[in-house]
Amino acid sequence: MEVLLDLDLEWNSSRLKLDLSLPNGTPVDTSSPASSSSLLNRLQLDDDLDGETRDLFVTVDDPKKHVCTMETYITYRVTTKTTRAEFDLPEYSVRRRYQDFDWLRNKLEESQPTHLIPPLPEKFVVKGVVDRFSEEFVETRRKALDKFLKRITDHPVLSFNEHFSVFLTAKDLNAYKKQGMALLSKMGESVKYVTGGYKLRSRPLEFAAIGEYLDTFSLKLGTIDRIAQRIIKEQLEYLVELREYGPVYSTWGGLEVELSEPLEGVSACIGNCCTALEELSEDMTEDFLPVLREYMLYSESMKNVLKKRDQVQAEYEAKLEAVALKKEDRPKVPTDVEKCQDRVECFNADLKADMERWQNNKRQDFRQLLMGMADKNIQYYEKCLTAWESIIPLLQDKPETK
Amino acid sequence: MYAIIARAVHFRSRIQGCLSSKGPGGRPALNGLGAPEPASAPARREAAEPLIPMESSEAEPSESRPEEDGAAPCSEPQPPDTMEDCLAKKMEITVSEAEKRTGRNAMNMQETYTAYLIETRAVESQNEGQCSPVDSLWRRYSEFELLRNYLLVTYPHIVVPPLPEKRADFVWHKLSADNMDPDFVERRRIGLENFLLRVASHPVLCQDKIFYSFLTQEGGWKEMVNETGFQLKADSRLKALNATFRVKNPDKRFTELKHYSDELQSVISHLLRVRARVADRLYGVYKVHGNYGRVFSEWSAIEKEMGDGLQSAGHHMDVYAASIDDILEEEEHYADQLKEYLFYAEALRAVCRKHELMQYDLEMAAQDLTSKKQQCEELATGTMRTFSLKGMTSKLFGQETPEQREAKIKVLEEQIQEGEEQLKSKNLEGRDFVKSAWADIERFKEQKNRDLKEALISYAVMQISMCKKGIQVWTNAKECFSKM
Repeated sequence: MEVLLDLDLEWNSSRLKLDLSLPNGTPVDTSSPASSSSLLNRLQLDDDLDGETRDLFVTVDDPKKHVCTMETYITYRVTTKTTRAEFDLPEYSVRRRYQDFDWLRNKLEESQPTHLIPPLPEKFVVKGVVDRFSEEFVETRRKALDKFLKRITDHPVLSFNEHFSVFLTAKDLNAYKKQGMALLSKMGESVKYVTGGYKLRSRPLEFAAIGEYLDTFSLKLGTIDRIAQRIIKEQLEYLVELREYGPVYSTWGGLEVELSEPLEGVSACIGNCCTALEELSEDMTEDFLPVLREYMLYSESMKNVLKKRDQVQAEYEAKLEAVALKKEDRPKVPTDVEKCQDRVECFNADLKADMERWQNNKRQDFRQLLMGMADKNIQYYEKCLTAWESIIPLLQDKPETK
Repeated sequence: MYAIIARAVHFRSRIQGCLSSKGPGGRPALNGLGAPEPASAPARREAAEPLIPMESSEAEPSESRPEEDGAAPCSEPQPPDTMEDCLAKKMEITVSEAEKRTGRNAMNMQETYTAYLIETRAVESQNEGQCSPVDSLWRRYSEFELLRNYLLVTYPHIVVPPLPEKRADFVWHKLSADNMDPDFVERRRIGLENFLLRVASHPVLCQDKIFYSFLTQEGGWKEMVNETGFQLKADSRLKALNATFRVKNPDKRFTELKHYSDELQSVISHLLRVRARVADRLYGVYKVHGNYGRVFSEWSAIEKEMGDGLQSAGHHMDVYAASIDDILEEEEHYADQLKEYLFYAEALRAVCRKHELMQYDLEMAAQDLTSKKQQCEELATGTMRTFSLKGMTSKLFGQETPEQREAKIKVLEEQIQEGEEQLKSKNLEGRDFVKSAWADIERFKEQKNRDLKEALISYAVMQISMCKKGIQVWTNAKECFSKM
């Protein structure tokens, strides 16, 4: 009972709120108790634990709109619950905006170059025309950000990243960001990856296959995305016509006496089908398309990591070659080359593990996504079926009822 | 007991329904002639009401009937049991084939047309085991048109069944609007058969001799129709229609009926237009899903565990996309049923127009008579009630001789007598027209309610089956996805 109530409240509060009182973008109240939606998420997570013990839970919710003199933006509440020793407290709640997520992703990419970093939703919606502050847009983005953090949380390496903990816990992320920039310039070379200059001789078959797979995969995904968008477009056009179609029966019903009831019935029935269709295309827009997008971006990230791997290998090969040329002079292989070799091997191992993880996720996600699509369509047809079946008695003769 | 064999199930059931409502073994569900639906409140008013209240018609004995004109059988009796003799029960009528032909027309120009094979067979209710031989003959669309025009002119008080459209109209883009298109020809074949069955089961029209020979006599039929001189009547009727009517006392029921016909026509044509667009869009939605079929199959080639599931789900998407063709093809029958009533609206209007014309004639005759009576009175009394040119001239040029006046009065009196006779007969004719027209309109209304209800049911059933198919396909696809 309480949970139900809570859910209701959460439903309301997760709607977009206008917050004019906090121009600096750091709302004070972050101590609200764990919402039931995060509870639900937790339950869902518990379901796919697969034996592992989960000790970190992150949720993104409660988007708020901030209007200040310079800009208008949205912040999201990021709630963390954990039993990990690395964290001082068992629970954190902070507010972050899109650029903070973006910062986090860059940091992860820099500090974990051998790993596949999950994608963020695009900065702006592809079609451009969408209102960035509309409820639908914010909600879609919230889901994507939530997914992004969950994917990091699930990752055995990334979830322990220092920047990630800071992102989850820091009261003032901006201060940390500034500090980080200074640090980065000091550390310089060791973190930065050498770009270009070396040419890879041959990619190992294994990685060549991954590369090819990703090319085809993103191509097919692009096609599916276009098909899905086209279907939604066709459905909306169908809806427009259907909305005109139903009332014509009603008009006709007004002319007739004995046929009035059946005609009104058909009109109402078409109206119900309209509602069902509207729900179907809304669901497809909100649930189906974003997942496709995420995977399209995901495969782009994957391709980038592959490229980086190739560079590391190329660097190693170049160094090895240089050493081979000077072999007569110095018979001992320098440690630098050994280091390079290690790095290639580490990279390969990380990438393979990430790829496997990604493949598993992908399979699960697509199974769910496509089953969801089938379910939505089944539900749509079931609603229409009920509507049409319900008017049959209206249409049948009622003998001797007078 | 009766057998009507029509090819198209939809149409057959409609016609049978029409027969059984009046036949002795028919469904009891429908109102008989005596109890029209409450809908037609104005229609139930006493049908024999005089067209306009007039002194001259009051004295007439209502039982006297005017001389019957063979070509205008308005007052033909139509007791319900004439259905027993209805042609549709004595004869099986089918339009079984359509054939494209090329020939030369009257201008000796090459032309291509479609001819339809009409097959008829006498039904012997006594010994059903024995089949009488099938007679068949070919007719082309223009001959059907001629037949209908003949019926329209000859039976102005009947809501004459309409012909299927000459050219495909209100079609969605996948269907060709070409009138030689096989699908269109097939639908028209069904429509023409439906027309013949409608006429054959109509209590009055089924008895028409020209109709009978249309079905049974291949050669010389056209000449036979032309001999009836219906064209002449049609022409004068057309001329009269062109005149602007100023009917003083329009019958409210007919005015309402005319209004209804207009509205019906506009609402059905709107409905058909939107339905065609709905069909277009629905087609799009289904067909775009077909692309999933291809892409899933291509995608499955690079997947290991997911491959099989994707591949077979893709197959179900192909099935889904293909299923729309049959669905929309079936829906065309529904559209055709609506179209028939779109054209029926015009037939209803024709009856209303005919009534208006008769009323106009009657009013003109009455007016003429009144003015003659007045003249006569003026002459007889020598006074002028109203100022008239005649009065002026007689004053200016001196009085006529009493003989002249007597002669004039005599002529006028004869004319008045004649006019009264004429008015009497016109009045009777009008009453008969109204009576029989309303009888047929009531019959039509019942037929319409029954037919449209059935059409709506079959439409709903179609939608239900489409939903079920959709659920089936998506359930199959879901199962494939779940195995990924």
